[in-house]
Parts: sequence; structure tokens; C-alpha cells
Amino acid sequence: MAPFVTCLRCRECAREYPVEPLNVCDFCFGPLETAYDYEAIARATSRRRIANGPLTIWRYRDLLPVDAENAIDIHAGFTPLIKANNLGRVLGLDNLYLKNDSVNPSFSFKDRVVSVAATKALEFGFDTLSCASTGNLACAVGAHAARAGMRSVVFMPADLEAGKIIGAAIYGSTLVAVQGGYDEVNRLCSEIADSYRWAFVNINMRPFYAEGSKTLGLEVAEQLGWRFPDHAIVPVASGALLSKIWKGFNEMVSVGLMEGPVPTRMHAAQARGCSPVVDAFNAGEEMVMPVRPNSVAKSLAIGNPADGIYAIRAMTSSGGGAHGVHEEEVAQGMKLLAETEGIFTETAGGVVISALKGLTERGAIGRDELTVAYITGNGLKTQEVVGDVVHPLAIRPNMREFEEALHGLSPSAR
Amino acid sequence: MANQRVKFTFPAALVPQPIIYNLGQRFNLVTNIRRADVREEMGWVILELEGDDQEIRQGVAWVKSVGVRVDPISGDVIEG
Repeated sequence: MAPFVTCLRCRECAREYPVEPLNVCDFCFGPLETAYDYEAIARATSRRRIANGPLTIWRYRDLLPVDAENAIDIHAGFTPLIKANNLGRVLGLDNLYLKNDSVNPSFSFKDRVVSVAATKALEFGFDTLSCASTGNLACAVGAHAARAGMRSVVFMPADLEAGKIIGAAIYGSTLVAVQGGYDEVNRLCSEIADSYRWAFVNINMRPFYAEGSKTLGLEVAEQLGWRFPDHAIVPVASGALLSKIWKGFNEMVSVGLMEGPVPTRMHAAQARGCSPVVDAFNAGEEMVMPVRPNSVAKSLAIGNPADGIYAIRAMTSSGGGAHGVHEEEVAQGMKLLAETEGIFTETAGGVVISALKGLTERGAIGRDELTVAYITGNGLKTQEVVGDVVHPLAIRPNMREFEEALHGLSPSAR
Repeated sequence: MANQRVKFTFPAALVPQPIIYNLGQRFNLVTNIRRADVREEMGWVILELEGDDQEIRQGVAWVKSVGVRVDPISGDVIEG
């Protein structure tokens, strides 16, 4: 059992439910969230206790809704927080950090959420871990199910490129390629989740799954020397990551690990081919109008984001902002990060870097302010987007041709 | 009898239309609204539909055909 979880609570009407595999309030159909006894956590936890914990998300066990003694742990989390002097120089930021979550075991931040969901699924007695995914989530589910000795079933659109899903197939997942569009896959998975006693990580496990994202807030504050950043730039898909980082920061205050109020301004980054949260926020609306995604940033392409409204509330109450980047800026952001800091990120990271650039240019971030940009996935997953970087110097094997080719390069490339 | 929980999102042009009433009448469905936010420029309604399984499917198809977006109440579950 998770010692500090009191119940599941509806985020809309606050009705309470027992800790079971539920995700929707029966009364108002609002989403459920785990609730904690913060006073009890405050008595149990401390900076020292956390510092003595494992170098994974499980050092924050007191703020996670599962029994950490039986964690399904493939060492997700405690990824590098890097001072980005080179990128900062380009952007005009003297205090820029990158949270490099692309180096998780299955190469994205999804390992954090799935580690929590898989642990809870086993607590509930499920034998099958499942999800619908076009990439990162499938890989994290496959990896954690393998570790847990569970069966995994991954649903995906039939027209998805095979390469996207190899990272799930390698772990022995059953892949179900559903013919039909995105909407049909979406609807089918919701129906299957209602009909089968499986742990769908982001459906019936969602109240637990989403809590794993908090660790991206807790970890950054700890790695900064128990300090909150002034700005956090977060990629937005469902909106859960941004709202949970904000929740994590605030929970650190609630349990006495940090002094409040939290000063961090939360900023959303989306690509314009799918930017319902950014568009709603910039229009001054909480209401998110669903869109049909058409973006190169596939890992952020959620047209009807479940937690969009909660992301907007976090952005609003923190005094943050939002930036939608042009589609061509996605690859530009990926290249800029790789060329300045040696980090190869996937498209979501390109969105974050270009949004950071845009926010800085419009004066939303000050030169001296402590800024953290979240890089959530690895570039090896979306190499096709930046294929145009490959143009080798073709020579025959002699020094003369090599030197001629070298002198033909621009001075900066020699 | 079957039931289905859905979210309807209405563009501005459809906000004044009695679409949920017509859905109930034309397809013999009980429509039970649980949450909503309807404004001049757009609106959404989260509701439960109860009735014959086939009529629910036909009714949802009709709602889509008139221009309302229909989604599962959990939002999009396909993640990257």
C-alpha cells in the first residue's frame, strides 16, 4: 500500500473515491486524481531522506501513490540537469539549464509515469499492461512490463512506420495495429479499457500514472540545490506533464521541503500543427478547442488533451506563458540544441528549444533568470526529421582530395 | 440497453441548435448531461447516452455529421 495516499478525488467536484483502478468521477465524469495526507508526509520526509534514496524517481517515494518497496524499477529518473552555457549564449540567457530526460532507460520521460503505473497495476493484481501509442509510451510500457513479468499489449494506428514501434516490440509486447484513423484507434481503446480487466496506463491507471511526472519537478528543484527555477519550459501534449510539474513544486512546499510560494512561471511549448493548449491560453481561454493534429512533432500530437485545462490553470496561476512554434522551427530547435550542447533530442525537444527562443525574444524570460527547459525524448526516435544534416565530404582515399574538400568548407566548419 | 459517455464540442454556428434534444428524439436515446460549458463562440457538453446499442452508434454518427466533434470523455488516449 501507499502509506500517504488517502483517496482518489475528482478534480472537478471533489467527490472522493477509494484507491481503485478508476479514472472518472461517476457523478460529473470529471478526472480523478490521487490525494495525499501532506501532514503525514511532512513528518516522514526530509531533504536528507531524499538525498539518501536511490538515484531514480523512487527517491521521491513519499510523494508517489504506490508501495515503493515493490517498485517496477528500470532506473527511470535522476537524469542530468545541465547548465547550458553555449545555448544560453546564443539565446541571450545567462542562467539556462536543460533537464535531459532523453537518457531514461527507454529514452523518454515516459519511463517515469509508466514505472509508477506498472507498480500500481501489480498492486491491483493486473497481469496485462496496455496503452495506445505512436512511440515513446509504447516503449516504456514494453520495458516495464518485461521487468514486471507482465504481458503487454500496445495499440497503434496501422499506418505507423514500423521503426517507431521497434522499441516496444523488442520487449515482447503484443502489437495491435488498428486500421482506421487516429480517432478510431482512440475510441476503440477507450471501449477496450472498459471491457477488459487490463491496466491501461493512461486510462484506468491514469490517476497513478500521471503522478510520475511530478518527479520532473521535484528532481529539478533538488538538482538546483533545493531551489525553484524562475521559469520552466515544458512540452505539452495531454497537458499532464506541465500540470504535474507544477503540482510537484507546490507539494514540496506543502510537505515542508521548500519555502513557498513557488516562484516558477510555467510555460507551454507546442508546435503549431497541434497547439490547442497554446492557442486557448493565448486567447485568454480555459476552454480548449480540440483540433485535428497535423504536426511533425508526433509525440506532442494530442488534439483533444485530457489535461489541457489543468495545464492552462497552472500557466495562469504561475504567471507563465505559451508559445507555438512553426513546424519548420521544430527541426531547427533540434539542430540548435545538438550543435550547442551535444544533446540529440526528438521533435518534442526541438519544440521546446524553439519555444524557449521565442519566449526569450519576446521578453518573457529575462537574461539573468534561472530557466529550465525540459528535454523529454531522444533524437534517435525521430531521425527522419533531421535527415538533411547528412552531407558527407565524398573523397577518394588520398590526402590531396581530403585537403581540397576540407578547404572547400566554410571557415567555421573546418 | 447500452450506455456511452461522450464529450460533444460545438463550433459557434451550432451552439444555438437543439442538437442534444434532437439526438434524443430521433434515436430514442436518454441524454444525461453531467458537465458543460457553453458560450457564444463555442461549447462543450459531457453527457451519457443510454439506449439501444445500434441507435447510440447511429445517433453519434448523426451528431458528427452535423458538425459536432465527438470524443471519449477521457480525452485522447493515444500518446506519443
